[in-house]
Amino acid sequence: MSSKSDSSFLQFKNVKKSYDQKTLVVKDFNLDVKKGEFVTLLGPSGSGKTTVLMMLAGFESITSGDITIQGESIKRTAPYRRNIGMVFQSYALFPHLTVSENLGYPLSVRKLDKSDIKAKVGNYLKLIELEAFGDRYPGQLSGGQRQRVALARALIYEPRLVLMDEPLGALDKKLREQMQFEISHLHHRLGFTVIYVTHDQTEALTMSSRIAVFNNGVVQQCAPPDDLYERPSNAFVAGFIGENNFISGNVSAHKKKTVSVAVPGGRKIVAQNADVGSGEKNCIISIRPEKIFIQPTAHAYDNEITAKFVARYYVGDFIRYNFRLADRTEITVKVLNDLAAPEFSEDEDAKLVWLTKDCFAFRKERQ
Amino acid sequence: MAQKPIILSAEETVSARRELFRRKFMAFAFVSPLLLFLLFAFVAPISTMLYRSFYNPTVAVLIPQTIAAMKTWEGKSVPGTDVTAVFAAELKQLAKKRLSGQLAEALNRVRPGLSSIVKSTARKMRRAEDADLKEKGTELLMEANGVWAEKSTWRAVARAGKVYTVDNFLTALDLETNESGSIQRREATQIYVALYTKTLRIALIITVLSLLLGYPLAYYLANAPSKLANALMLMVLLPFWTSLLVRTTSWIALLQTNGVVNSTLIWSGLIDTPLELLYTQFSTVIAMTHILLPFMILPLYSVMKGIDPSYMRAALSMGSKPVPAFIRIYLPMSLPGLSAGALLVFIISVGYYITPALVGGTDGQMISNIIAFHMQQSNNWELAAALGTLLLILIVALYWTYDRLVGAGNIKLG
Repeated sequence: MSSKSDSSFLQFKNVKKSYDQKTLVVKDFNLDVKKGEFVTLLGPSGSGKTTVLMMLAGFESITSGDITIQGESIKRTAPYRRNIGMVFQSYALFPHLTVSENLGYPLSVRKLDKSDIKAKVGNYLKLIELEAFGDRYPGQLSGGQRQRVALARALIYEPRLVLMDEPLGALDKKLREQMQFEISHLHHRLGFTVIYVTHDQTEALTMSSRIAVFNNGVVQQCAPPDDLYERPSNAFVAGFIGENNFISGNVSAHKKKTVSVAVPGGRKIVAQNADVGSGEKNCIISIRPEKIFIQPTAHAYDNEITAKFVARYYVGDFIRYNFRLADRTEITVKVLNDLAAPEFSEDEDAKLVWLTKDCFAFRKERQ
Repeated sequence: MAQKPIILSAEETVSARRELFRRKFMAFAFVSPLLLFLLFAFVAPISTMLYRSFYNPTVAVLIPQTIAAMKTWEGKSVPGTDVTAVFAAELKQLAKKRLSGQLAEALNRVRPGLSSIVKSTARKMRRAEDADLKEKGTELLMEANGVWAEKSTWRAVARAGKVYTVDNFLTALDLETNESGSIQRREATQIYVALYTKTLRIALIITVLSLLLGYPLAYYLANAPSKLANALMLMVLLPFWTSLLVRTTSWIALLQTNGVVNSTLIWSGLIDTPLELLYTQFSTVIAMTHILLPFMILPLYSVMKGIDPSYMRAALSMGSKPVPAFIRIYLPMSLPGLSAGALLVFIISVGYYITPALVGGTDGQMISNIIAFHMQQSNNWELAAALGTLLLILIVALYWTYDRLVGAGNIKLG
């Protein structure tokens, strides 16, 4: 965290939410967002991320805790006084108003001059490259165009905060990637603060300054994308973000930052300790498929295990190998599709190797 | 860019055509039962009604020779013997066949008061000999009643003898033709225009009331959790499954002098003497609102159900206050349901018959009740048809106005 004034632009303090007065949907949520940051709330459906967004927008009440923007609590502020822009998954473009009228709506609500509204709407139409579409109705636009209009409408009145609730969920893959780029581009250019909700991790990883991974109403880890991917703090994050291999084993020795683990097949593996307590005997080791190498290799390595070959899949830019350990744990390995990709016959033994800095030991209780 | 023409072989063309024909035939087969039903139960009776409203053959059939003889009469004086003698002879024939009553009734409609005169004259003609009638029919007629010496009587006969007439429409609009043949307001009782106005007013009040009651409920239903919404919907639909008569009579039980409402009010000390609630316009309005409310709620609900709650949220997040956001965003989106419901309730209540007949008394009668009266009691089917036709024209005109103002394409029933 940098200076105090920066970090306290938007703060969630011990926010809890319950719909039925029995179970908590959001349990003790804390988050500090800096001005201009792009923070993504990532999690499986039902993890409470949309509820957090709705509490921030003012459409759901806060059961306990507080949300502050620039130091002021917005708990009792009506949604229309919060000055927060919002992009909905369904876009929520008013079907009976034209694109220009849609864009002008938040401005006319703010009682701007007609000529000012016209100028500003023109600017934003240009910004989203839809100058010729001002007189069309949302129904006459394609999905990507609607998305851009929805985005422009949430930005046009320069709100202090922009919320996006799975805004790209309804688009096809290609369009989604293009829109990710456009949103990032606009974010860099205009410098607004974004709280973005998604269940798509690629989207989160490519766009965010920081990602808060949600599960069961709790933030599992909140960190920049590379940290989240390279140094997951618990087994859920390791499994949720990207692909991962999990091997369970017994802790044989605790060191300062690493643990030695005995895994099936009799080998000892040294892994970085993520959250294994000093007294715990069982743990899970995670290692990413692209961090594993197959012997013989020129790469340096600290750990080695033997596994039986199961299958080899040709994916295109890489080749995916499936191996099996003695206790039938499946291990996936990704190898770049070059001349070095080896061939195996069924049940042939292979030696898999990796570095200690790439593998992590977690507590056994995987959610 | 010019497209390369698609060339089909003769065989392919034939099979494509056959396929098209088969599809058209299937489509027709699916709708034909409904089409046939509509033709027999809707189009045919309505066309008959329209026709009857200006087709009036009674007199022309009863006294054909008189009417034929009167063709050359210009109406400036009492017609000559060629007409009057024939009329006297035909009256005798009618009296013999006991049909003079029909003629009396038909003529009475054109000129009130003629009924008894025609009947008594017919009786007198019956007693006369055929030869006498041929010789001095005119004198006998004049002797029988002085009215036959007036040219206005004969004008009335001529009017009644017209097979095609707009008289019924004039009556239905409280108009009449005077001596000189121009149209003026009827001097006798004027009831129909007032009745149409009252009908429209009652229908409008019912529409507004059911809108006020139905809109918030439909909004709540559309946004409530489905379990609660289904239970409430059942309560909305329940009246549909109850007989109309039961629902109407229950209002009688509630509103009558010693009914539930009055007893409660007296018991609570709010009033001393029971209020006149039943057999008033008030009871018609309240009972019909109750009965027609589902017609308002159902289209509203189905349209509101389709409105994503994020529209209102979007409007609020952009800084619009709830009421302006509702007016600018939600209301226009619910307009298709609103107009469908309003139009449905209005049109149904304009032509409603049974409820005003049972609870309306004299004050709460609507145009349909008068139409029914002319069909069942006064036996004036032509006038009933004219009144019905006017009602139809009125509704079509209203629909047209609505289409011009709002656009009928906006209506959404489900």
